Amino acid sequence: MAPLLDVKDLTVRFDTPNGTVHAVSGVSYSLQAGETLAVVGESGSGKSVHVLAMVGLIPKPPGRVAAGQALFEGRDLLAMPEHELRRLRGGQIGMIFQDPMSSLNPVLTVGFQIMESLRTHLGLSKAAAKKRAIELLDLVGIPEPQRRIEQYPHQFSGGMRQRAMISIGIACNPKLLIADEPTTALDVTIQAQILDLVRGLRKQLGMAIIWITHDMGVVAGLADNVQVMYGGRIQERGPARAVFHDTRSAYTYGLLKSLPEHGAPGAVQDGTRKRLVQIPGYPPDMTNPPPGDPFAPRNPFATERCQAEVPPLVQAEGAAPGHMVAAWYDLRAARGAQA
Amino acid sequence: MNALPPRPILEVDDLSRHFVTKDFFGREQHRVRAVDNVSFTVAAGETLGLVGESGSGKSTTGRLVLRLDDPTAGQIRFEGQEITGLRKQSLRAMRTRMQVVFQDPFSSLNPRMRVGDAVGEPLRAHRLTKSRAEERDRVAELFQRVGLDPRFAERFPHQFSGGQRQRIGIARAIAVRPQLIVADEPITALDVSIQAQIVNLFMDLQEEMGVAYLFIAHDLAMVRHLCHRVAVMLRGRIVEMAPTEQLFADARHPYTQALISAMPIPDPDRELLRQRIFFDGKLPPPDAALEQVTPGHWVLAA
Repeated sequence: MAPLLDVKDLTVRFDTPNGTVHAVSGVSYSLQAGETLAVVGESGSGKSVHVLAMVGLIPKPPGRVAAGQALFEGRDLLAMPEHELRRLRGGQIGMIFQDPMSSLNPVLTVGFQIMESLRTHLGLSKAAAKKRAIELLDLVGIPEPQRRIEQYPHQFSGGMRQRAMISIGIACNPKLLIADEPTTALDVTIQAQILDLVRGLRKQLGMAIIWITHDMGVVAGLADNVQVMYGGRIQERGPARAVFHDTRSAYTYGLLKSLPEHGAPGAVQDGTRKRLVQIPGYPPDMTNPPPGDPFAPRNPFATERCQAEVPPLVQAEGAAPGHMVAAWYDLRAARGAQA
Repeated sequence: MNALPPRPILEVDDLSRHFVTKDFFGREQHRVRAVDNVSFTVAAGETLGLVGESGSGKSTTGRLVLRLDDPTAGQIRFEGQEITGLRKQSLRAMRTRMQVVFQDPFSSLNPRMRVGDAVGEPLRAHRLTKSRAEERDRVAELFQRVGLDPRFAERFPHQFSGGQRQRIGIARAIAVRPQLIVADEPITALDVSIQAQIVNLFMDLQEEMGVAYLFIAHDLAMVRHLCHRVAVMLRGRIVEMAPTEQLFADARHPYTQALISAMPIPDPDRELLRQRIFFDGKLPPPDAALEQVTPGHWVLAA
């Protein structure tokens, strides 16, 4: 089956007065229809930028796509004229962001903003759009949708605003939903509700999702596949269970280990004062990225080759099919030797 | 093992902070009870976690303790001294004993001041060093203590990453050897790979200096790791307070139960089996009081 999205060698640069930022370098992957892919990484990893670049939402200049293709149903998003891309965004490709206040227009009612999307992308009449907008607000769990569509964003609470934004994101039954840290700013109980909602909608609508996050807990509850990025490159990619339980990248391993063990008694209260496993050092300066594996300077398992040469992303040895890693070192052997 | 020192250095009694809006004639229109009748203590060398969601009043409570805001009612005693009525001069003396670490260290650092001078500023302000040379030595020592290269003292804040800036913020806070640090969401803005570094640093400093923390946060997993006791706030009230493991093993208030059950588990297999408990959103009645269910475990009666 042809993938819904096929990204090939995507490379993004930002030209700034302090030098060229190597934001994304040679990222390739594909996404099947209906698949949920979690893209994990921290600031500067390229996790958001590579997706925004695909849908034409990075500022140019200073940003530019230096190389690559992003084939959406066979058509290259990166070569598409802006007016066609605009038709896709909000139509076939829905989007939700971390801060609903910055994507909702404060002077227009929530209902108007949903209806606008329905009318431009689906060509619905005003009456039909209104009916559908009410259905959508109901679908995302907003009570009294008839009354709510007349209200402005500031009259919604944080969680409700995020729901409203999701309703716009899914309004035109997108084949792909791009979610950029949509629950990061929310309280944990609200986050849990939003995740429930997305899991339900995914089943109902059969859409594929790219969920960008730094929270491994959210990943565990949502993703079919996980892609871990660091320094603008993919470090590891594979089925969620494989990445969590048969981790092959030292960076992924460090991320998982640096969290307090779930359910274990606290280190201070039980008197052990056990320290968390910490990844040494700091993220790289991406105007001057390391010549080899970007994680090598912080990686206790790094070999000389890691420092000098960028490792390719390849199927990991003895791992689940599709479980890929970019590493010159062998994490399992290195951990065995350490223990 | 439970090695809680007995004497509290911070005692907060019936603390309230209400925000009142008035109409044209000065009549009360609307009253927001940001903090409402909150009582707790922090012992020397102890970490009390203050958790809750946005709007729960946890940060306002921290600001009241720091005397960055004035309470509507209630008392705060620090090292036995009532500090709610203190004027500027006496507050100054208190500030060498109580310090703060904010969420965003960048906004609390002067962009035009070399970070070494920023860390040395409290030493100068409180005349704790006798000469520039002594200050420089002390700053170098502080940098080393928080895991920064002392040569970085000559740089400016924008030349540091978020994690490094938080280390600078911590160095500045511990410069005066405080007994209590109020840490308001100190790791929230940091990258995941850096959070563990900072949490470890907090723990090390406590072990070495015996400093107590009022640790305000919403990440329950880190709070469990780092705190001796935890107080849970909801709409300005403390609804439950207990030794950390007691709280996680036997949460009594429905809101605490909901909060704990909403924590995502970073493991797909266990996450699949996680049972959620839902909170009906019912607020505690205004006259409800904390009741002790087991020693040290307090729950707001419904």
